[in-house]
Amino acid sequence: MRRSLYNAIFAAGITFVLTCLMLGVQLGAEGTTLTVTGADATRWTWIGIGIAAVFFVQLFSDKVDAFFGRIPKPNLAALKPEETKWRRIKPWALAALVVVMLVWPFMASRGAVDLATLTLIYIMLGLGLNIVVGLAGLLDLGYVAFYAVGAYTYALLSEYFGFSFWACLPIAALLAATFGFILGFPVLRLRGDYLAIVTLGFGEIIRILLNNWTDLTGGPNGISGIEKPTLFGLEFSRRASEGSQTFHEFFGIDYDSSQKVVFLYLIAVVLVCIVVYLINRLMRMPIGRAWEALREDEIACRSLGLNRTVIKLSAFTLGASTAGFAGCFFAARQGFISPESFIFIESAIILAIVVLGGMGSQVGVICAAIVMTILPELAREFSEYRMLMFGLLMVLMMRWRPQGLVPMKRPHLELKQQ
Amino acid sequence: MSQLLLDVNELTMRFGGLLAVNEVNLKVKNRQIVSIIGPNGAGKTTVFNCLSGFYIPTDGSVLFNGQQLAGLKDFQISRKGLVRTFQHVRLFKRMTVIENMLVAQHRHLNTNLFSGMFKTPAYRRLEKEAMDRAIYWLEEVNLLEHANREAGYLAYGQQRKLEIARCMSTQPELLLLDEPAAGLNPKETKELDELIIRLRDEHEISVLLIEHDMSLVMGISDHIYVIAQGTPLADGMPDEIKSNPEVIKAYLGES
Repeated sequence: MRRSLYNAIFAAGITFVLTCLMLGVQLGAEGTTLTVTGADATRWTWIGIGIAAVFFVQLFSDKVDAFFGRIPKPNLAALKPEETKWRRIKPWALAALVVVMLVWPFMASRGAVDLATLTLIYIMLGLGLNIVVGLAGLLDLGYVAFYAVGAYTYALLSEYFGFSFWACLPIAALLAATFGFILGFPVLRLRGDYLAIVTLGFGEIIRILLNNWTDLTGGPNGISGIEKPTLFGLEFSRRASEGSQTFHEFFGIDYDSSQKVVFLYLIAVVLVCIVVYLINRLMRMPIGRAWEALREDEIACRSLGLNRTVIKLSAFTLGASTAGFAGCFFAARQGFISPESFIFIESAIILAIVVLGGMGSQVGVICAAIVMTILPELAREFSEYRMLMFGLLMVLMMRWRPQGLVPMKRPHLELKQQ
Repeated sequence: MSQLLLDVNELTMRFGGLLAVNEVNLKVKNRQIVSIIGPNGAGKTTVFNCLSGFYIPTDGSVLFNGQQLAGLKDFQISRKGLVRTFQHVRLFKRMTVIENMLVAQHRHLNTNLFSGMFKTPAYRRLEKEAMDRAIYWLEEVNLLEHANREAGYLAYGQQRKLEIARCMSTQPELLLLDEPAAGLNPKETKELDELIIRLRDEHEISVLLIEHDMSLVMGISDHIYVIAQGTPLADGMPDEIKSNPEVIKAYLGES
């Protein structure tokens, strides 16, 4: 009791200090000078109520926890069919999911399809970073740099040399992989915090470079008018550019701007399916096991004949190429990119997707990417409290599900016994 | 006279002004169990680190099957067939037992990305061989029933055994064990004793052992080297070492 009283007083004190500074005092401008004004009485009442709430919740934290403990939790494990049964229906379930994803955009609204496309981009990014952070255990805070490399690869090649989206897709992935390789070399010996700082710096270098190399990248103005992808040479615009044909003319249907949105969405679905399949295979291959082993114990890996240079570099390179892939598509979708799209907060969001999803778990990362992109959209009405809700979600997750939404399940290997 | 597998000559390791290992000579023949003993801090583990490539020795030569090892990287040395364990268990704790065994066989597997993506027959065959070898060694150390458990949840004695099994699945010629009996109860020590002898007699490999458990060392060793303060003190058969006054003095202090 004494302990929880002490806790309660401490927590209430912190709440008091924070709310007083953030809500109780307001800065206003009067001519050229700043004035400080106190809040009105109703706001102070609310602050008081808030502090009291924090105090009592902390004071009776045991009972509150016990109360929440009594609420029956849905048993998610029971929802999943048995292992053998699941193995039989899994391909059908996956096929059904893909069909739904392909058919859905023709019924949904344009805004929803657009949001779904954005979600798919984040799924790709999350899956790529999952290799580096979740599997290989290398904390990369500058992941957005590879995303930027991919996006600018397409934007620049399209603007200066007229390359098409489809030609740029592999080039962007390769170039991003090269950057991953270049970054990988100097950081091979670094771990944990040191690695995080270097990658953070790398992310900033790329952004600042893009911002200042005005001749090539257009600096803060970015690059606009990036060509949209075409379907075997058919454009999705009202009027065809010289020497090509539009989709609606070819099929003799009316022009509808949502055709383009649906087409972009379908490309994203295909790209995500490819990425999911490739990474899923990688995780079950010797290299995937080696990534995890390296995360668990580097010294043991070395003693068993694993070349840590190759393993770390492959994680960095493959993670980066996925981001390059996503970046190329992002540039095509937006039609306009600037360094503003590749700030640190993007890296943080992608990292949050990986951590919230459950490190190493593909299903978890996909779920988290959906939550993290759709939730801010739903919370648009609370515009100024959006980041606050974001933070609250993180705190709640770490409190009740620190292992992530869908923690990684170890593969169960069948032993064929005689 | 069997063949010489490991031949260490005048191995010296210096850390700045500290002479950790001073002109140590070691010889291990095929199918032999050789032990290194000595008081705490004598430099035994440093010798292991030099042999396995974790340290680059300041001086001296290490010949393994007639090839010079000094200067090779750690993973290159273990690929030549010289594999070690550690004083503290180093398992991949959050991976399952069987995964631990498969990681160890990384270099025997087909790591080509494309053959893995499309599961080519060659890839499948190597994967199956690795699986069979993993199962074989898990059976040898009685861990097969735990194959799909996470290694971190095994009992301490089982973790020790898994570490040895993991090394054996890399198909080494020489196994370096750094205090394998530390923390084991008498029954487990006896099992370990039998396992090491079986490795020599049935699987025809050599074992180089660092151990403080004297009954274990004296019982199984074919040859013993004694090191004190980095310097070789004596070597010989277990009986010779037991009665060597120098060794007794190093262990018990001067009376």
